[in-house]
Amino acid sequence: MEILKPAMAGTLESSDAQVTVEPGDGKIELSLESSVMNQYGKQIKATVLETLDRLGVKSARVTMVDKGALDCTIKARVECAVFRSCGKSESGIPWGGDVR
Amino acid sequence: MINKVGRDIPDFLLKDGKEVYQGKNYMDGKYIQKASPRTRRYEKPQESKIAESIVKALKDCGAKSGMTFSFHHHLRDGDFVVNMVMKAAIEELGLDNLTIAATSLGSAHDPIADYIEQGKVVGIQTSGIRGRMGEVVSAGKLKTPAIIRSHGGRPRAIEGGEVHIDIAFIAAPTSDCVGNCRGIGGKSNCGSMGYAMTDAKYADHVVVITDCLVDFPNMPASVEAIDVDAVVVVDSIGNPKKIASAAARISQNPRDLMMAENVAKVIASTPYFKEGFSFQTGVGGPSLAANLFLEKYMDEREIKMGWAIGGICGPMVELLKKGKVGKVIDVQDFDLDAVNSINQTPNHFEMSASQYANPANKGAFVNKLDFVVLAALEIDTGFNVNVLTGSDGVLRGAPGGHPDTAAGSKCCIIVTPLVRGRMATVCEHVVTVTTPGDCVDVLVTDYGIAVNPLRQDLVKCLDDAGIKHVSIEELKNKAYSLVGRPEDLQWEDKVVAVLEARDGTILDVVKKIKPYSIN
Repeated sequence: MEILKPAMAGTLESSDAQVTVEPGDGKIELSLESSVMNQYGKQIKATVLETLDRLGVKSARVTMVDKGALDCTIKARVECAVFRSCGKSESGIPWGGDVR
Repeated sequence: MINKVGRDIPDFLLKDGKEVYQGKNYMDGKYIQKASPRTRRYEKPQESKIAESIVKALKDCGAKSGMTFSFHHHLRDGDFVVNMVMKAAIEELGLDNLTIAATSLGSAHDPIADYIEQGKVVGIQTSGIRGRMGEVVSAGKLKTPAIIRSHGGRPRAIEGGEVHIDIAFIAAPTSDCVGNCRGIGGKSNCGSMGYAMTDAKYADHVVVITDCLVDFPNMPASVEAIDVDAVVVVDSIGNPKKIASAAARISQNPRDLMMAENVAKVIASTPYFKEGFSFQTGVGGPSLAANLFLEKYMDEREIKMGWAIGGICGPMVELLKKGKVGKVIDVQDFDLDAVNSINQTPNHFEMSASQYANPANKGAFVNKLDFVVLAALEIDTGFNVNVLTGSDGVLRGAPGGHPDTAAGSKCCIIVTPLVRGRMATVCEHVVTVTTPGDCVDVLVTDYGIAVNPLRQDLVKCLDDAGIKHVSIEELKNKAYSLVGRPEDLQWEDKVVAVLEARDGTILDVVKKIKPYSIN
């Protein structure tokens, strides 16, 4: 999937994460802030990168402000931001495909 | 040297007879030489001890650089006194190399962080440390490691001369012109002044700061004029809204209520739950709600509580007024119901921190306690509890009376949700041990109950009552399956805080955290 325009998903509530994706310049650039950085920073990074990879996103600037979200929440927020950025959230969400 | 809870205590801290933690009751039967203060004689009758300003009082008490000033925390997050005194000492008198020995410190004291960064405050001894002060100390900016003690450990250290207080500052809701202080009758009331009592008896000089001067004699006094050098009247000692909340309300959160109900079930299954039993509870959601469910069991069995201690708030005062508890003995008040009850409701008494929890006197109240219900930031599979450091390793809590009541009571129950957001409350190793596992008996979470294997008698009680329980490892595994296994924190070598066990041995240290990178 290609990031066509900036898009955002999620909130700054406790146990949620807010993800912003913007068109990138050929690679994935991730900026991460988390309330549980010291204990889960690397796991969060891995989850975000895995999700982007599964969606076939190769180029994006991704900003995530995490408030202690579980992995399932992080995945859902990243997916949603990506779909919004390429107009997929109105129709054509790949249920059972890229979204598992 | 590795101590009894498996923590490595650096050798440079083990001097002048300091030992590592050796287990519960290790100091039992040993002797302590009490220290005595050097105090000034006031033989000539004084009409009044009122000093026109804090600076004047400081000068009269011979304040100089290098001294230790003490404070108490009954005004909680509404306190103005610590900042006021330190500002006068540092900015007006130009003092430095000062040590603050406080019963606790909170985010009300954020400005002190600047004095730490400037090197004017070089030592901190306290129970609680939070906000900016916690951050700068964790960043290694305090010249000497902070010393963290429990509410019982502090009077032990003062009485034993490990802390020598040069000047004690008493934040007094009311005082007369010679320094008889009370926690009620003014505009910034706090009720009990129990934590200030030891300070006033053992400090060389005592300065009372009040915003409500009352007629002599202000009786019955919590801090007595015979110990007071000077009285300073200021506009305001604190923000009443932050001193005592309107009323500590019992949680409506169904998860808290479920845990509270299980706490009450556990209590009712033990042989200690009988006519005249004694009880302390914290003011956190599920701990406080335990009062409610306990009352049901008391009615069912037609028994009454003999006495309760603490940290007191409205629901306990309510039980006292209903005649369901015989006596309430009180070191600190958390809400206006408690503030307005102490020394006024019959059988609601005040006590000092030493009387409450000191392990080195001849028997504090905690030693007669049947049950205590406490919260935790983290508890590990060895039942060790952390209530001091956050998951990022930064100081932001307080042992308070936690280790004292846990050690003294016959049955210590920790109640906490299994996870908070992504934080596993039940974990493999707590960041900092503040209450050793040999003092903790039962853990109640929203995913199950675990009993410390050291307490097979309690295991049998729960089994006999048909209360399901699992091993603490199972609870930990459940937590990790929900949130993932946390990475271990990475520390530098520098010790930023030393955590003393209540008996004065070293339980743990907090080191400076390494900067974290996700790459």
